[in-house]
Order: sequence, then C-alpha cells, then structure tokens
Amino acid sequence: MTLWRSALLALTLVLGSASAHAARSDLVLGVVLEPPHLDPTAGAAAAIDEIVYANVFEGLTRIGANGEVLPALAESWDISDDGRVYTFKLHGKVLFHDGTTFDGEDVKFSLDRARDAKSVNAQKVLFEGIENVEIVDPLTVRITLKQPDGDFLYNMGWGDAVIVAPETAATNKERPVGTGPFKFGNWAKGSQITLLRNTAYWGSQPALEKATFRIIPDPAAATAALLAGDVQAFPVFPSYETVPQFQTDPRFKVVIGTTEGETVLGMNNAKPPFDALKVRQAIAHAIDRKALIDGTMFGFGTPIGSFFPPHHAAYTDLTAKSAYDPELAKKLLAEAGHPQGFKTTLKLPPPVYARRGGEIIAAQLAAIGIEAQIVPLEWAQWLDQVFKGKDYDLTIVSHTEPNDLNIFARDDYYFNYNNPAFKELIKTIAATSDQAQRAELYREAQTVLADDMPAAFLFQLPKTGIWDAGVEGLWENGPIQANDLTNVRWTD
Amino acid sequence: MNGWRKSPARFKIGLLIMLVVGLTALCSFVWTPYPPTAIDIASKLQPPSMRHWMGTDHFGRDILSMVMVGSRTSIAVAIAAVAIGIGIGVPIGLLAAERRGLIDDALMRLNDLIFAFPALISAIMITAVFGPGALNAIIAIGIFNIPVFARATRGAALSIWPREYILAARSTGKSDRRITFDHVFPNVSHLLMVQATIQFSLGILAEASLAYVGLGTQPPMPSWGRMLFDAQTMIGVAPHMAIFPGLAIVATVLGLNLFGDGLRDMLDPRASSR
Amino acid sequence: MANYAIRRLFISLMTLLAASAVIFALIEILPGDPARIMLGMNASEEAIRSLQEQMGLNQPLFMRYFSWLFGMLTGDFGRSYTYAVPVADLIRERVVVSLPLAVLSLVLSTAIAIPIGIFTASRRGRPADTAIMGATQLGIALPNFWLALLLVYVFAISLRLVPAGGFAGWETGTWTALKSLLLPAFALALPQAAILARITRSSLIETLAEDYIRTARAKGLSPAQVLYRHALRNAFIPVVTILGLQFAFLLAGTIIIENVFYLPGLGRLVFQSITQRDLIVVEGVVVLLVATVILINFLVDCSYALIDPRLAADR
Repeated sequence: MTLWRSALLALTLVLGSASAHAARSDLVLGVVLEPPHLDPTAGAAAAIDEIVYANVFEGLTRIGANGEVLPALAESWDISDDGRVYTFKLHGKVLFHDGTTFDGEDVKFSLDRARDAKSVNAQKVLFEGIENVEIVDPLTVRITLKQPDGDFLYNMGWGDAVIVAPETAATNKERPVGTGPFKFGNWAKGSQITLLRNTAYWGSQPALEKATFRIIPDPAAATAALLAGDVQAFPVFPSYETVPQFQTDPRFKVVIGTTEGETVLGMNNAKPPFDALKVRQAIAHAIDRKALIDGTMFGFGTPIGSFFPPHHAAYTDLTAKSAYDPELAKKLLAEAGHPQGFKTTLKLPPPVYARRGGEIIAAQLAAIGIEAQIVPLEWAQWLDQVFKGKDYDLTIVSHTEPNDLNIFARDDYYFNYNNPAFKELIKTIAATSDQAQRAELYREAQTVLADDMPAAFLFQLPKTGIWDAGVEGLWENGPIQANDLTNVRWTD
Repeated sequence: MNGWRKSPARFKIGLLIMLVVGLTALCSFVWTPYPPTAIDIASKLQPPSMRHWMGTDHFGRDILSMVMVGSRTSIAVAIAAVAIGIGIGVPIGLLAAERRGLIDDALMRLNDLIFAFPALISAIMITAVFGPGALNAIIAIGIFNIPVFARATRGAALSIWPREYILAARSTGKSDRRITFDHVFPNVSHLLMVQATIQFSLGILAEASLAYVGLGTQPPMPSWGRMLFDAQTMIGVAPHMAIFPGLAIVATVLGLNLFGDGLRDMLDPRASSR
Repeated sequence: MANYAIRRLFISLMTLLAASAVIFALIEILPGDPARIMLGMNASEEAIRSLQEQMGLNQPLFMRYFSWLFGMLTGDFGRSYTYAVPVADLIRERVVVSLPLAVLSLVLSTAIAIPIGIFTASRRGRPADTAIMGATQLGIALPNFWLALLLVYVFAISLRLVPAGGFAGWETGTWTALKSLLLPAFALALPQAAILARITRSSLIETLAEDYIRTARAKGLSPAQVLYRHALRNAFIPVVTILGLQFAFLLAGTIIIENVFYLPGLGRLVFQSITQRDLIVVEGVVVLLVATVILINFLVDCSYALIDPRLAADR
C-alpha cells in the first residue's frame, strides 16, 4: 500500500515537473525572406509585416485571423451619418517601447506623415481619401474623409497604416519602436531577428517571452531545420514538394490555408488579339488548372474562376466559367479569327509560381496553337516593362494585397481593362458600409470579371504552415501577410 | 596516320568522349526517346527506370531527352564564346606584337582591366543589363575570352618575331602586316588550338553556371545548368534530377581537357615531361 | 626594383580608377528603377518620385559618379537603398562570412593538393601517379555548384551531419558557425585542389631536373633530403603565385556557392542587390573585389621581380 502510494507520488512528481518544464516560452519561426528594414510605413516588402505587424507595431484597427477588422489602438469609433467623419476613441495608458506615451498627437503625426507630399509610403492610396485629422482631446481623434469610404476601417488596419512616434519615426528602419506586445530585440543581418515580450504592454501579455525569426531562404534547409527542431514553426513553408513528408509525421502540424494571393495570367486587354473577348476566353479554357497546380505548387493551391479569395465570406465559386476544355478553346480561337493560333510572348517575374507556371501554361497554350515565347524578367524589369510600361502580351503574377478587387477598375493599370459598368460597381461598393449589401455587390463584381475575363484566373496561393504539434495560436490563413504572435503558446 | 598511334592515351580518351558528346548532340536533332519539352505532370519525379533511363523531372519530362538536347545548348554557347575570343583577341594580340610600343601598352592595359573583373559577377551584371538568354550568355562569356586569347597570342607572337626566318622575310621587303599574316599567325595557330580547347571547356562550365543562376538559355529549350537549378530545391525528393545533367557536364569538360592536354603534348613535346 | 614597383603601383591605381568608371557606368544603366522596386506594385507615382529624390537618383550621372568616388576615398561607400544602412557596414557584415569561407577553402585545397603533388612527383610515371593524375582531371571538370548539390544530398539531407544551408552566425559559437561553412568550403576547394596538385607536381618535376638538384644528388644526399631541403622550396614559388590568384578567385567566385548554400556572404549580397537594384551596394562590393584582384596582381608582379630581377628590367 505504502509502496503504491509512494510510486503514485513519484509519478505525480515526475508528471508535474514534466508539464512545468514543458511550458516553453520561446519560439523560433522560419521565414523565407529577410526584410530590407523593419519600418512597415516605408516599404512594400511583405517580409517587413511578417515580422512586425501586430507584434511590434499597431494601428488604429487591425486585421484578424479571418480577415475581419478588429479594434487595436482605437478601442471604439463612431461614424457620422453621412459616412465621412470617423471619431476614434483611443486606449489610454499606452506606452511606446521607448517609454513615451501614446496619444492623439501620434495618430495625427503618423497619418499626416503617410499622406504628405514627400511620403514614401508604399500604400499611399490608403490615405488619399483623408481630408484632415484633428485631435479632439488627447485620447480622441476625428478623421474627416473627402467622401464616404466603406473600406476605411479596413484600410487603417494595414501594416502601412500603423502608428509611430515622431521621436522614433526616422530610426524605425533599424530599431523599430511601436506599441505592440513585443519589442524589438536584435537583428543579426542575414541570419535572424529577435523580438522580446513587452512587459509594459497595455493589453494582455503574450505567452511567449521571446520570438526569433530565422531567415531560411533555402527549401532544403527549411526542411532540415524543422526536422532537426532548430525551427519550431514555419508559417509559410517554402518547399511544397516536401510537405507530404511532414503530413505523415506526428511531431508536426501541417495547416494548409489560403492567402490573399490571387494568381492570374494577365493579358494586355488593349493589345490585339487580347482585346477580343473570345481570344481571352479561349486562353482561359486552354488552361488545365489542376495540372498547373500539381506541376507548379505540388498540388497546393485552390483553383479560382474570378478575382476573390476563397476564404472570404462573399466568395462565389465561378471556376466553371473557365473550365478546362481545349476543344472549346480551339473553337473560340477560330471564331475570333485565329484558327491557326498566333505567336505571342509571356513575360515572367522571378517567383517559382510564375516561372514554373509559365512553362506549363506555355505548353498548354501550344496545344491550342498559341505559341507563347517565355521571357523571364527580374522584378525591377517586370515592374518597369509590364506593370508601369504595359509593354507585354501575357504575364503571370500573384496579387497578394488584400481587398484588391478594385484594381480592375483602375485607370492606367497594367491589364488595360476598361469596363465602365465594373468601375461603377466598385464605386458603389466603396460607398457602401452595410456588410450584407457589400457581399451581394462583391458577388456581382466577381461574376462580371469571370464573364469578361480581363485576365485568366488561375489559383489562390496557399499558405502552407508547418509547426511543432505543441504550438498553437498561429494563423491558418493569410488574410494579410503577417505572423501575429499575440496568442501563440506552447501546449502540453 | 602515324600520329594517332603515337598520340598519348589521354588524347584518345578525350577525343572519344568528345565524339560521343558531339554525336549525341547531333542525334538529338533527329531523335530523342521522348519529346524533350513534353510536359506530363502525372508522371513527374519518377526515378530512373526502363521507360525513363534517367527518370523524369518535376514536370514529368524525360531527363535523358533533355540531357541530349541540352548538349546542343552547351556546345553552341561555348563555341560561339570561343569564336568571339579568337575573333577579337587574336588580332589584338597579333597587332600588339607587331607594333609594340604605345599600342602594345594600351592594349595590354585594357586587358589588365578586363582581367581585374571577377568574371562571373561581371557576366551576371551583363546579363542583368541586357536580359537573360543564350545570346547574352555568349557575349558575357565571350568578352572574358578576349583578353585570354590576346595575351596568349601576343606572348607567342613576340617569341616568333626575333626568329631568323622573320628577319629573312623582312630583308625581302615584306611589310610587317604581311609578315604577321604569312609567318607569325601560322606559327602561333597550334598554340591557339590548345587555348581554344581550354576556353571551350571553361565556356561549358560558365554557361552551366549562368544557367544555374537563371541567366542562361531560357525555357523551354533545355540546358544542363538550368536542369541543375530546377533540381536544387528537389534534391531531397529527386536526386536523379541533379545527378545526370551534372554527369553530362563533367564528362564533356573532362573530354575537352584530356583532348587539350594531349594536343599540347603532341605539339609541344617539351611540355609532355610535366 | 623600387622604380619598377612604383611604376606597377601607378598602373594598378590607374586600372582601378578606370575599373571604377566602368563599374559605375555598367551598373547605372541596369534597367529598372530602384525606387519602384522598393515600393512595390501598389505605390503611387508621387511616392516613387519622392523616394527617387530622397535617394538622390535625379541628380546627373557624372555628379553621382564623382560624389561616389570621393566618398570612397574617405571610406564612405554610401548608404544602401534597401537596407538603409551604410554600405560599408553591410560589406563588413558579409565579409565575416565570405573571408572565412575563402580562407577555409584555401586551407582545405592546400592541405589536399600539396601532399598529392609531392607524392605524385616522387612517383612520376608509376601507376599511382597515373591514377591520381586521372583523378585530378576529373576534379578539374567538376562544376563546384554541382559538387555542392551532391554534398548537400549526402551529408546534409541523408546523413544530417551538417546544415543544408544558411549560416548560424558567429555568435552561436565557432564550431556551429564553422559547421555551416564546411560543405561550401569543401565544394569550392576540391576543384581548386585538383588544379593546385597538378601545378605542384609539374613544378616539382621541373625543379628536380635542374642542375643544382643534380649536384645535390651527386653530393650523396638521399632523395628525401633533396626533395625537402632543396626542391620543395623552389618549386613552391609558382604554387604560391597560383594560391594568391586562387584566393582572389575564391573571394569573388563564391557567388554561386553562396547561393547554393544561402550563405549571407559578399557574393550573395551582390546577387541580391542586383535583383533589388540596390545599385550603390553592387558598386561598392564590385569595386572592392576588383581592388582585391588588382592588389593581388600587383603583389604577384612584385614578387616575380624580386625572384627574377630581369623581369623588372624587361617590362
């Protein structure tokens, strides 16, 4: 009896100490790209947001795990009846990491800085609608818009709209100072970036004491680092070909989610023969999306038939409108006056989805008689020639910005797509704040694009997340490119 | 020919390898086991088998067929780059030896300048300026062949000029230019052949390196270097994608080097003692 | 001799000056706007113009060349567009990877090549010599990046002895950091070692045929004594020259290997900076590499002149 009891006691002790021991509070995450610097208000690189968004910097609002708008530094807001005046009530007792107090001055400074004529904010368009920013009292800020904007709260949640302090704005690139639950620790260039828990955080304390982002651009090294336990989480794992290996390994959780990255075969709508709807339809029907996703992404990725992320509530599946049908494609091509097909070029930026995808699409187009010569470009050249110069026939690119359906309504955008009805529709959406109504309009807009085919819609980029089975709280989907660590913890 | 029996073993082996590579390249114009660009996603990443002797790549293409066609790319780029080097470098070298003095100095300083640039980084910059592709790879590699040939030609030509038969030719009233054409050039040409073989094999390696960083021949035309680039991310899943194109490069370069060494020994018996 | 050295130094400096102009011109005509690539697809034209102004890109070309040139004379290489830190800092951070890698592969290649060279020279013409020389032919034909891939497959992926890529950083401990340099250094060293072994061998054979060696033999010294006391010292002169040149090659030539192993070294910095159009970084690093090559060439020329004063008089 005593023997049993002491054995039991020993067992509880062992288990108890084991579980106490297992409550780890540090995490090493793998990221593929090293950010050029750490100031999200002065650069477009997603690699910046992947480190600092929601961790180091916060905005008035923030985007949640499923793409919803949540309050952040603003605890609440009022919107005037005409939809033009937003009054934000700010959290009190918020400190920047350098100890200075956060208040309305910082909000006014940050927003005015972003929309200033000299601003180098990559998403300046987010702030274009702001007429002025007034400080009502230290914890109340009133923003007046030029016209009602249903996206305004969402826009304020972007990484480019985070609130910075005037004292540190100039040095944030190297030593970011924000209000978030983590403060910047150290950056070993080319190797890793460390964040530390901000014990003076105004909200609830994060479970992690220390988070290290290790930069691992090499797929083989990423695989090895996870297997060896050097890295315990890879939120966007770069090597699709080795994912199945982790799916069968109980030590890991593999979470395949979606992102905001709509990958499209862009067509120059102003240039013959792509100005003809039937040619665009023929191209869309010539592409076997399943083979494309298998060959390019090793099966990861969701086919899309329009320009909208599948995880969004207002998504509607329109893939049937561009179903793979080479016979139909040939017929459409003949009807458009190109029974023998034609020669064209396909300009490809560097990412793997574009380079590999381009080879497959060129082969699939060849099957209906379209001979597409592949022209690989660096990003700088792609931006110059295709994006700015609109000197292209076909191109492949993923549009990773959230909420970007409106690019098809922009004048002077590289698609050269001009549909007044669609532009009107986008304007209506922008001015609508009722969610149900917005969803209905979004569906309508998706259908217009699926019918009009200004680009061939290919697939949604996946978010292939792999992490230690003991880690929880990382995002499944990627509504924005961020690694929010606020709720990340070790279990067991 | 009597020379064949006397020729060193490495010359024979090198020539044999070169013949095999050359015939494979020729054969690929008329026949390959599969169309080298035919994508068949369903049969991707297959290891070597009776159906696909070297396996298939990430698009299900037959690697043997791609290696065969890829030899064309490598050979064509390397030969064209050597041609640029000879076409520009040899006249420069001959001229420098003929004129000496200021022109010689200026040309050689220009050579020093090109030699001072890290070849690969410069080639990468050149292809970044003009865009990736076979033609620009040829130019980028060819530029660095120019000073090599210029130096070699000048050195050899300088040692020819003081010889007696040149003096004899001079006394008959031949111009320096004529002497260069009639006497100097023919006497340095054997050395140029050896140099050309060396540059040829370096060109194969350089083309592979450029293609490997994505700046060489572009798809769908197969290239050994780009096949290795594709293989890199899949090395853990499909090592055969890396092995065969690499072996093709090694074999070709080895063949050329052996051939070149053997050739040098035959033309310059003194060197064979080394 | 001093005269000769001064003349060579002057020529070297002029070459460097000319090289800096070539580098600047070549890099500045790279198509693609650095400001646009930094701000990405959603940036407004206005923001791009502001950034161009901030980076000084709207100044005339020759103005920028001279301010860059004079900056470098004072040790100021400019400020990186993308990283927003002084280029000199970036270079310093990367040199601590590239330099140890180059040194390590040089040490490895010497350690492999010299004994092989001596061994084969002393067994000249015998089967062992023929076999090893055949193997060195194979070594020369190996593209180092392919060798690197195979090494990764065997030692990193299959055996998991070393990391497949990336650099742990010196602050994680010397051994851990060194471990991530082992495979790349070996991949770089092997083809170099093959070349070096052949040169050591032929140089030794040539030296052994010289008159004073015969004299030493005639004096009754044993073959080993002849080899180590007399022949080696003299045979090493060309070997050291080649080593110097290989070092310059290794420093610049690591670009591909650094890409295979994703090492944050100089080569990778240049490569990334070219694609990101961080022109000022490319210019700084390339000038530095060119200067290194010129310096080594100068030293080699001078050492030749020291060994053989006739050369100095001739040129």
